[in-house]
Amino acid sequence: MSVLDSKVPKGPIKDKWTTYKDKIDLVNPANKRHIDVIVVGTGLAGGSAAATLAELGYNVKAFAYQDSPRRAHSIAAQGGINAAKNYMGDGDSTYRLFYDTVKGGDYRSREANVYRLAEVSANIIDQCVAQGVPFARDYGGLLDNRSFGGVLVSRTFYAKGQTGQQLLLGAYSAMNRQIARGKIEMYNRHEMLDVVKVDGKARGIIARNLITGEIERHSAHAVVVASGGYGNVYFLSTNAMGSNATAAWKIHKKGAFFANPCYTQIHPTCIPRSGDYQSKLTLMSESLRNDGRIWVPKNMDDVLAIREGKIKPIELKEEGRDYYLERRYPAFGNLVPRDVASRAAKERCDAGYGVNATGEAVYLDFASAIERYGKEQAKIQGISNPSKEKVTEMGEAVVEAKYGNLFQMYEKIVDENPYKTPMMIYPATHYTMGGVWVDYNLMTTVDGLYCIGEANFSDHGANRLGASALMQGLADGYFVLPYTIGDYLSDDIRTGPIATDTKEFDEAEKEVKDKIDFFMGNNGTKSVDHFHKRLGKVMWDKVGMARNEKELKEAMSEIKAIREEFWKEVKVPGSANEMNLELEKAGRVADFLELGELFAKDALIREESCGGHFREESVELEGQQKGEAKRNDSDFAFVSAWEYKGEPADAILHKEQLEFKDIELKQRSYK
Amino acid sequence: MKLTLKIWRQKGAQDKGKIVDYKVSDISEHMSFLEMMDVLNEQLVNSGEEPVAFDHDCREGICGMCSMHINGEAHGPDRGVTTCQLHMRMFKDGDTITIEPFRAKAFPVIKDLVVDRTSFERIQQAGGYISVNTSGNTQDANALPISKHAADEAMDAAACIGCGACVASCKNSSAMLFVGAKVSQYALLPQGQVEAADRVKNMVAQMDLEGFGNCTNTGACEVECPKGISLENIARMNRELVKASLIKF
Repeated sequence: MSVLDSKVPKGPIKDKWTTYKDKIDLVNPANKRHIDVIVVGTGLAGGSAAATLAELGYNVKAFAYQDSPRRAHSIAAQGGINAAKNYMGDGDSTYRLFYDTVKGGDYRSREANVYRLAEVSANIIDQCVAQGVPFARDYGGLLDNRSFGGVLVSRTFYAKGQTGQQLLLGAYSAMNRQIARGKIEMYNRHEMLDVVKVDGKARGIIARNLITGEIERHSAHAVVVASGGYGNVYFLSTNAMGSNATAAWKIHKKGAFFANPCYTQIHPTCIPRSGDYQSKLTLMSESLRNDGRIWVPKNMDDVLAIREGKIKPIELKEEGRDYYLERRYPAFGNLVPRDVASRAAKERCDAGYGVNATGEAVYLDFASAIERYGKEQAKIQGISNPSKEKVTEMGEAVVEAKYGNLFQMYEKIVDENPYKTPMMIYPATHYTMGGVWVDYNLMTTVDGLYCIGEANFSDHGANRLGASALMQGLADGYFVLPYTIGDYLSDDIRTGPIATDTKEFDEAEKEVKDKIDFFMGNNGTKSVDHFHKRLGKVMWDKVGMARNEKELKEAMSEIKAIREEFWKEVKVPGSANEMNLELEKAGRVADFLELGELFAKDALIREESCGGHFREESVELEGQQKGEAKRNDSDFAFVSAWEYKGEPADAILHKEQLEFKDIELKQRSYK
Repeated sequence: MKLTLKIWRQKGAQDKGKIVDYKVSDISEHMSFLEMMDVLNEQLVNSGEEPVAFDHDCREGICGMCSMHINGEAHGPDRGVTTCQLHMRMFKDGDTITIEPFRAKAFPVIKDLVVDRTSFERIQQAGGYISVNTSGNTQDANALPISKHAADEAMDAAACIGCGACVASCKNSSAMLFVGAKVSQYALLPQGQVEAADRVKNMVAQMDLEGFGNCTNTGACEVECPKGISLENIARMNRELVKASLIKF
């Protein structure tokens, strides 16, 4: 075990980034033309990085597995993006955003990175408005804000319920401008299958053309991986069907350490699962918790009556309802952070109070918001003594303006009208805070290999606050990486083009081809999905919202067994030289089957509860916080960064000790 | 439910395609259409046949990847949804469902139900952006107030997911709803004014070059659009184009 150097610059936290930018080496514009950069993944992080690097003058090759960068799963983010603008005048500042993010992450993120993130957050909003992102505005024409879980200010900018879409289209438009200029070469429907190292430096990738099946070599002076998170290790998650960990896992196998894989966010407001055929789970923005109140019945009789359809939830009187978040956390109520809200829902459902047939659902109720808004509207419009119906009608109109698309989405999936009856929600895997380890420069433990956005680990600690993923993706791509990568590339101005006809490329390509040949030749009996579902079940049951030593050990051996069976029994139809969706899935699931085991191993060694990682052995036993998660700062205030050594069980742990100089470590109380 | 599926199978871009019949059973009304397709594909894989290739990703109606023509309608019989949000409760036990790719000259078939929509990419590259560098050194976001009305209307136009249902629904295979939406988003915002004339001319020229047809105002695109993009955007694009032709630089 070694100690990792995070390369955080010296000096006061407020000055680190500015001083760093003043001191780094720059590449002159004429030399940038001779430097190539590969960007894998074109969501918010990769898209913004590709566009900015191309603007600066580098030759960018960008890769996406979909048919367009606009399809990346950043597009599905609904609620918003945080920025410390303090437009509301409610006391926000760079420091406060930094503080909230470190606290929200349960003191498991790197201070200097988070401060930098908070610092550049305001630029993101300026940048996006200049690009034509249609953020919501108030009647005076200025930008509107709303509040998200875990904070006491309104700093979230939004574009209806489609903020991720609009921000991604902004980055996509910046990319298009550079594609048109020839500065970005866009490789749609391509998947990176390995990284190529020459003399210890990342110098290229092997990619498969997903239309023709052709295996291609691409070289560059640096490689940036922006391939998103690994939530699909659970099979069911709110990620897109194609979201995968392959790029991140392949670089891990080539020397990049993988950090904190056990930090996973289970999002509280998702639509409950309905059957075994389910292919994915659908998330509804956390912004719903601004106006929705979460409850289950107080009495078991009512629970059973509701499940049997004998009574409707709207018929249950106030005194029969348990608004458990408001009861347990009076200060934050329904706006507690995601990990807290998810665990509280699980606690009620495990106790038997779940309100649907599977027992895994709680209510999210808008009735009181509709009444409140309706009365407010009556006042604004000067209607005295409005009827109950009129109040409801006007209140529903306000709720529709705020959340209309989410309500419509819910109604289409569940076939119930959420204006008239409370929504049912249950937590689902949503985001992975863990990822490839990077230093302050966003460089991995391999020289010239960078990792940005959800794919890296750095900014969110053990739990991410709402509306911070979009912020991090764009901060990394627009404002951080373009500086840090320049400092590295300044050594490469004399290198010249990187050849692809070398033994390093030969070997990497052979490895990729051998694996594909194996899949095509294997005479198995079971589909790829069969194994993926089994892996997902082990992950959810034993490495899900609550974890313990016994089950984590079981999970490790069960995942290993599934993996071994996968390599014997997997069946992939079709051929390798054409579009073959089963082959694509097979490669991705093979990687998940390794990652899942490391995930469980990481959860096993972290014998504390922090953020999204809840160990049943580590809870507060008495006092006001009884039953809440218990963090252990004296033994676990470190990042666990794993080095690949063949089998996931043999991975070697390296620690990055976390130092908190600007924030006092406290218990994270939302009471 | 038990269903008969008539699905377009085509090995590759150069191959001849044909409709093939399949049977599926045990379909729940709560399944999404694509989950029903998953059931079929699992069945095909288990019997050693090649599964049906189709585009899909987010499965929540926002990425714009899914693209089937179901019983003659883009994204199927429901309104305001993409194929991935279509649920089997829209169908009855015993139904026969015909599933084809989006058909248009500018959307050639790649395989089975997968089509190539990169013509949309090239239209966007021709001008679907504001030429501002991503340095972050722009003016403060609130320095320029924008009326809520204009911002909301720009947002409604920007809600387009680029799926191509408008093209597939149009008897002329016109892409004017798609292009009109992008032109409108920028035309409605002050930031987009500087390059407005060039943008509309270049995007329309690229659209024509790709082989998309013209608009004859039947409005099928608006009806089938999963995001409710309004025909007004086409009118606005035409106004912008006329305006652009009158401006001399």
